[in-house]
Amino acid sequence: MLISMNWIQEFVDLSGLNQEELIQRFTLSTAEVEGIEYKGRELRDVVAGKILSVEKHPDSKKLHLLKVDAGNKIYDVVCGAPNVREGLIVPFVKEGGFAGGMDIKATKIAGYESFGMCCSEAELGISDGHGGLMELPEDTTVGTDITELYQIKDIVFEVDNKSLTNRPDLWGHYGIAREFSALTGRPLNPLVTADVHQYDSLEPVEVKVADTERCFRYCGMKVKNINEKTSPVNMRIRLFYCGTRAINLLADLTNYVMLETSQPTHAFDSRKVNSIEVKRFDKPFTFKTLDGVEREIDENTLMICNEKEPVAIAGIMGGLESEIEDDTDSLLLEAANFAPVGVRKSSSRLGLRTDASMRFEKTLDPEMTVDAIGRILKLLQEIDSGVEVSSRLTDVYANHYPEIELQFDKTFVDRYTGISISDKEIVKTLSALGFGVTLNNGAFDVKVPSWRSTKDVTMKADIIEEITRIYGYDNFDIQTTKTAIKPVRRSAANLCDNFAKDILVHNYHLHEVNSYIWYDSKKLKKLGIVPDQNVRLSNAMTPENEMIRSSMVPSLLTFVQENKGFAASFGIFEIGRVVQGLKEDKNCNERKKLGIVLFSKTEQEKDLFFRLREMLALLSSSIKHKNFSFEGTEAKYDWQHPMNTAKILSDEKEVGFLSVIHPVVQGSLDKKACIVCAEIDMDTFAEEVSAEEIRYQQPSKYPGIDIDLSLWVPEGIFFADMEKAWQDTDKELLKKVSLFDTFVDGGKKSVTLRFSFQSQSKTLTREEVQPQTDAILEKLAEHGMTLKGN
Amino acid sequence: MQERIERLKEQFETELNKARTGEAAEALRISYLGKKGAVTELLKGLKDASNDQRKEIGLHVNQLKKYAETLIQQKVEEIKKAEIEKLVNSAEKYDVTLPSEDNVGSYTPITLVQRQLEEIFSSMGFTIEDFSEIVNDYQCFESLNIPEFHPARDTHDTYYLENGQVLKTHTSAAQNAIMRKYGPPLRAIFPGRCFRNESTDASHETTFFQMEGIMIDKDISISNLIYFMKKMLSEVFERDVKVRLRPGFFPFVEPGFELDINCLICGGDGCPSCKNSGWLELCPCGMIHPNVLKMAGIDPDEYTGFAFGLGLTRLAMMKYGVKDIRDFNSGNLKSLSQFKHE
Repeated sequence: MLISMNWIQEFVDLSGLNQEELIQRFTLSTAEVEGIEYKGRELRDVVAGKILSVEKHPDSKKLHLLKVDAGNKIYDVVCGAPNVREGLIVPFVKEGGFAGGMDIKATKIAGYESFGMCCSEAELGISDGHGGLMELPEDTTVGTDITELYQIKDIVFEVDNKSLTNRPDLWGHYGIAREFSALTGRPLNPLVTADVHQYDSLEPVEVKVADTERCFRYCGMKVKNINEKTSPVNMRIRLFYCGTRAINLLADLTNYVMLETSQPTHAFDSRKVNSIEVKRFDKPFTFKTLDGVEREIDENTLMICNEKEPVAIAGIMGGLESEIEDDTDSLLLEAANFAPVGVRKSSSRLGLRTDASMRFEKTLDPEMTVDAIGRILKLLQEIDSGVEVSSRLTDVYANHYPEIELQFDKTFVDRYTGISISDKEIVKTLSALGFGVTLNNGAFDVKVPSWRSTKDVTMKADIIEEITRIYGYDNFDIQTTKTAIKPVRRSAANLCDNFAKDILVHNYHLHEVNSYIWYDSKKLKKLGIVPDQNVRLSNAMTPENEMIRSSMVPSLLTFVQENKGFAASFGIFEIGRVVQGLKEDKNCNERKKLGIVLFSKTEQEKDLFFRLREMLALLSSSIKHKNFSFEGTEAKYDWQHPMNTAKILSDEKEVGFLSVIHPVVQGSLDKKACIVCAEIDMDTFAEEVSAEEIRYQQPSKYPGIDIDLSLWVPEGIFFADMEKAWQDTDKELLKKVSLFDTFVDGGKKSVTLRFSFQSQSKTLTREEVQPQTDAILEKLAEHGMTLKGN
Repeated sequence: MQERIERLKEQFETELNKARTGEAAEALRISYLGKKGAVTELLKGLKDASNDQRKEIGLHVNQLKKYAETLIQQKVEEIKKAEIEKLVNSAEKYDVTLPSEDNVGSYTPITLVQRQLEEIFSSMGFTIEDFSEIVNDYQCFESLNIPEFHPARDTHDTYYLENGQVLKTHTSAAQNAIMRKYGPPLRAIFPGRCFRNESTDASHETTFFQMEGIMIDKDISISNLIYFMKKMLSEVFERDVKVRLRPGFFPFVEPGFELDINCLICGGDGCPSCKNSGWLELCPCGMIHPNVLKMAGIDPDEYTGFAFGLGLTRLAMMKYGVKDIRDFNSGNLKSLSQFKHE
């Protein structure tokens, strides 16, 4: 919202104060100022000049040769404006002056010397119209500086609307002026209004409010015999500076008073609107608003009607039919208060946000309606002395604002602020902001003014803000808390995440990435991946990005695709969230997953696969001090290799998978590369897998003995099958079994296993471990594995 | 006899001079000083001589024996030294200036900034909490004093899911659950990923990281809030930072503030980064609204607290000079691989 300092100073005298500093303090105490503009500051040597003579340029249809009296001198001027005429008084920039964004110099135009420029309002920066030269009144003293004639010089600042969300009172200049009054200690002048009650003997306006839930208050008043059509220059300048285009006197007045009081009003042409009914309709219909757009009105939209005919959408926009026209000379003025949620719902359903609806959404002070009408009337009477009031003010006040009184003592303020602000300061601040304050034996009794009580100030904590923001946060003495610090421990999840990241980055040189929580189906399609069905976003920007991912791997694969040129071999990982369907309570089953993808153009797929398996093993043994186990399984996703996909297990729980990427996906990504992936459910791994504790064992003093057994192994036998043969062997003796050698000999697979035996109590001999090895060999033989050479 | 000794000495010296290896020196020792060595033999020949002669010659022979022993010892050491020298000199001198491969992995800048903050807050007694990215309306809005149709919802650009849940728009969505989980007194931070359904550009992303912090106890004050914010930011930027607080409206705090820090780029003089104001908006914060405490089962008459939200992504941009926020989620390793260490 744009705020004019000239306008503010109509309500609070700020003379002698530095305005920039004040605006700065406003940011620190009230709401964020986004920018300051200095209006009219660059104008130089622009005076009221009288056109003494007008001659047509001999060679141009548009140009005229003028003699302009600028008070001290008569200037020759070449002018192209359409409305030049003899005797006209206009803003005139003298040679050496500045206006319209340029220095005005003596120059030759179409062969004639010109020593100045006659200005339009746009060139003065007070309008964006192209209506030719600005025409000044006939009685203007020639030679007077234009900035002395009108309030062209001004400081206008923009307040961030977002920071006013909770302050309905700050949506007009008067409320802002109250803040400046509190900040400076200067008194706030009352808003000058006409006494509307002097017309109480006149006929009322017929006002019926059918829906008092949605319309809290409705004030109407009729005015006739309005002849003036144009607003005064200073009013138009203020409107323009505050971002509103001047239209005609009556429309301008409603805008002006809204920018002043924050209360939107509406002026109906009383030839078309004579009585008021505020209601909703049972059936939808279309309605043309004054911007000329046909709009669908539904049963929930509150309408203002003349008898039965809708004439405005309550709190949002008037209808085209009842709009003020050039010949309008009588009005029905509306100042109402509508329920914020209703306005908000209708406005968002219609896709129509207006200055009025924006304000009503903030829960305006219902006490403002009468003042707004009184203010319009006052201004109207000043501008057009012939105006007659033709009805009494009719006021249907169905829902009053909550009258709030708050009690607290200084201990409360001290405890909340942590500093000591004096009683006197508290009373002074609250009074300046319009609160009623009484102080009795250290107890404050505060009455919240109507403009703050609609929702902004409802409890004691709200009062703290009022006191402290005016006191100034820069003036706070800051200190630490008095309570003792307790030791804190990192959660298993936090330790797990960080440990995993460190291992992958430091030990394996992987790169951590962040990807989106939804699948990018367009990118996946290029890889030949169709996202699996999962919960969707209901308002995604594009349908390609609406499916929430159930695995990290596809997101990582698109990154791999985009980084193909980064290096011949690289790996990426991310700890992120996926959704694996809905839980019983219909909420998403969100899981935290670690996804890893390795890409290589230099390694064999098998080597890459086993490198990834080694990474996982190290992760587990570093974090949980024990290894994962792996078990071949069927592919769950179509991007997994059906042959080489494995479950990752720990504590007999499935914690993830390890898999080669399906050849089709691999092929569409890069024909010469191999890609493997893994995913670990970090929630399960961190929280549900136990960590092995360290149990110290004194190393044996006695040498051990290694027995190497070379076996013939039939097709389809995995190491896990062999392991079963020694699972029952005495672990006090058998310390370790390692795979010593594997080779294929004449089409037959041969494996050499090394069994390391060691005893805590004696040196073992071959004979002593013979029973163990025999038992193992026997079990191996059951699966077709026989000792070589036998 | 004396002559024999002299000759033997000369002979020994000549042979010793010729010895080039440790083995040769050892052979020499055996042939002169061994049990059957030449010098030993000389002593054996003394048994027939007179006492006086024996004494005198014995002295000379023993002198020769010592002399030979010393010389052989010297010779052995000399040879050893020469051998070591030869071994050392024959080694290849490596070119340490050869280019070395800089093959290290990388963290996301978010991880780096987040770790730094976790460290700072842990040291101040805050626990670190994790929270889901998908939350329900109650967590994201209702419990934070933002009822349905509250205008504050406008500014959130919420992503809705088919099942009625939302992608969390701010880390504050975890406040209620964490307050309920621990109860007062409480100090906690909760970093997390947030989502806003808006068009992206160099400074807007749909997906970004924040970190929320709360502190609840008896008598927590605005003065404490400012203290902690200042301390934390001084630690983050590793220098004393100038901060200012100004009113900011967030329904879940009262009073609510926007915390600005002195622009790090221009030092407060005004530059395009701070829109010429000299200040950067960094961290919304405030005293937790009594309604929010109440909804989490905490008595606002007994307890007060503060909350703050830090833009981790924004902080990372400032810290590392990242100009385009979209780089973070780009997956582009040319960008991301630069964040190698903490």
